[in-house]
Amino acid sequence: MIVKEFRELVRDRRTLGLLIMMPLLLLVIFGYAANFYVSSIETAVVGPEASHAAAALPPLFNVTVTQPSGTKADAETLLQGNKADVAFVTGQTPVLALVNGSNLFAAQSAVAALNKEGGKVDTQVLYNPGLKTSWVMVPAIIGLILTFIGTIITSIGMVREREAGTLEQLAVMPIKPSRVILGKIAPYFLVASIDMIIVTVLGIVLFGVPFNGNPFAFALGAAIFLFVTLGLGVFISTISQTAGQAIQTAFFFLLPQILLSGMIFPLEAMAAGVRWIGYLLPLTYFTMISQGIMLRGAPISSLWLPFGVLTVMAVVVFTGATLRFRRDLAPGRPASPARKEPAAGETVSTA
Amino acid sequence: MFAVRAATVRFGHTLALDDVTVEVPGGSVVAVVGGDGAGKSTLLRALAGEVPLDSGTIEAPPKQRLGYLPASSGSWAALTVTQNIDFVAGIYGLAGEELCARRAELLDRASLTAAAGRLAAQLSGGMRRKLGFIMAVVHRPALLILDEPSTGIDPVSRIDLWRLVSEAAASGAAVLMSTTYLDEAERAAHLVVLDGGKVLVQGPYDEVRAGFAGVVTQTGEPVRPEWAWRRGRVQHEYWPGAGPPPGATAVAPDLEDIVIALSLARRNAVLS
Repeated sequence: MIVKEFRELVRDRRTLGLLIMMPLLLLVIFGYAANFYVSSIETAVVGPEASHAAAALPPLFNVTVTQPSGTKADAETLLQGNKADVAFVTGQTPVLALVNGSNLFAAQSAVAALNKEGGKVDTQVLYNPGLKTSWVMVPAIIGLILTFIGTIITSIGMVREREAGTLEQLAVMPIKPSRVILGKIAPYFLVASIDMIIVTVLGIVLFGVPFNGNPFAFALGAAIFLFVTLGLGVFISTISQTAGQAIQTAFFFLLPQILLSGMIFPLEAMAAGVRWIGYLLPLTYFTMISQGIMLRGAPISSLWLPFGVLTVMAVVVFTGATLRFRRDLAPGRPASPARKEPAAGETVSTA
Repeated sequence: MFAVRAATVRFGHTLALDDVTVEVPGGSVVAVVGGDGAGKSTLLRALAGEVPLDSGTIEAPPKQRLGYLPASSGSWAALTVTQNIDFVAGIYGLAGEELCARRAELLDRASLTAAAGRLAAQLSGGMRRKLGFIMAVVHRPALLILDEPSTGIDPVSRIDLWRLVSEAAASGAAVLMSTTYLDEAERAAHLVVLDGGKVLVQGPYDEVRAGFAGVVTQTGEPVRPEWAWRRGRVQHEYWPGAGPPPGATAVAPDLEDIVIALSLARRNAVLS
C-alpha cells in the first residue's frame, strides 16, 4: 500500500509540486515578507522651511519630495496621488504633518514616531482618521473576491466541460470558439460584478468604509482586473484535465496574491527579494486602485500606473489564455488543407 | 458520400491510424469494430474534424450538417432534457414551432417524453445516451458520427438506440458508428475492422465472412495458445495458412471469430 501510494504520488506532479513548493513558499513569505513594521516612510516636505525641515527629520522619514514653494493643498495632492505616506507642511507653528491613512502600516509607524515629538508637530491623519484595519482591508477584499471567482470558479466551470466531454461536442458544432469563450465567461463576469457591488455596499454600511472617489473609475478598474483573473481562470482550465487539478493550480496563483500583494503585509516592509514578486501580481495593482479611489478619492490620472499595468496584464493574459482554449476547441483547424467538402452532387440530402 | 482517405494520424510515437480509407455513403450505416486502442475513436474524430491528419484527406460536410455523439455522455448534466435539446438546436438555428415539433418527435421516438423535464444528471445511462443521440440528430445532419453509442447500456435501451440509428440512416443520413457489440455491427451495411490503427478487413458482413481466409477450429486444448481464444466453455483456434491438423473440428466463424482471428494474425505477424 505504501509503495502504491508513493508511485501514485510521484506520477501526480501537481500534488508533488504542492507538497514541495508550498512549504518553501510559506517559509520564504513568512521569513521575508511577514513584517508589519515599516522602517522607511516616503515623505514629502513643503513650505518655506522645507529644506531645513527635511534635513532635520529622523531617518525613518525618507524624504522623496521637497517643495519650498508648496502649500498644504500641494501636500494633500501628493498624498492623494500616493506619492508620499507623510507630508510635512512647514511655515507654521507647530509644523503640520499630514499622514496618508490609506497606507495603514506606514501611517501607524509615522503616527507612532510623530507622537514622540510632543507638541512640535500637529499630526492629521487623512483618508482613514481612525487608522482602522477594516477600511484598508475591504477594498483589498473586493479584489480577492474577484480573484476567487475569476480564477477558481471560472477554471472549474471550464474544466467541467472537458470532464463531461461536452467540450468535444461543442468543438464540432457550428459555433465560433470566441462565442464559446464569451458564453462561458460572461456569467462569471456578471456574478463577480454583483459580488463586488454587494461587498462594496456591505463594507460601506457595516464598517463605515468611505467611498470618496468616482464609482465609474472604480468599476473600470474592477472590470480590467476581472479580465485578468478570468484570463487566469481560462488559462488554468487549459492546463487541467479535472476540477481537482484546476483547484490545485488555482491555489498556486491565489496564495501569493493573498500574501504578497500588500493586502496583508505592506509591500514596503518586505525584503526586496520578495517584494518584486508582489509587483508581478495583479491584485497588487487592483488594491492600489480600490484603496486609492475609495479612501483617497484619487482620480484616474493619479492612478495611471496600476491602471496601465492591469490593462497590459489583461491583454496579455486574456489573449494568451483564450488562444490556448481556442486551440483545444479547434485542433488543426488552421492547418487542415486535407479537409474538403464533397462536390454538391456527391453530398447526401439531409434527413 | 463522405470519406476518410489514406488517413494517417500519429500521437507522438504512437501510430493511431495507418493509411486508413473508409467511405460512408448516404442512407447507410457503417460500423467500425475493433479492440481497445484499435483506432475507432480516432477515425471518428478525424472525420468530425477533431483530430488533424498527418497525411490523407477527409471528405466531410460543414459543421452545420454534421452530427456527433462523443464517447462521453454528450449532454450537460445540470440542464434538463428539454434544455439540452434546445441549447444544441439553437446553435444549429432551430427555433420556435419547428424546434417544438422536432423535439417532440425525437423525444417520442426515443421514449423520453416523460423525462423531458428531468435533469440529464438524473437519467439512467441508457436514457442519457438516447438524449445524446437526439442532440446529435436534432438538426437532421447529413453525416452522423456516433462513438460507441450503446456501450454500457442495458439491452432494451440498445434496441431503442439501434432503432433510432436505423431511422436516421433510412431518412438519408450517412452514419458512421463505432461499437464493441459485434451483433450490432453485423446489422450495419458496411463493416470496418480495425486493429492497431490498420484496417484488417472491410465490406458488407456477408462479403467479410465469404472472404475470410483460413480455418477456425473448436477445441478443448489449443495446439498453439497464441492463436487461440475462449468462446464460452470451449476454445477456438485460427489456422490462417496450412489447414488444421487431422481430426480437428472446424466451425463456421462468426464476426467475433473473424475479428479476433484477423487481429491475432496481424499481431503475431508483427511479433514474428
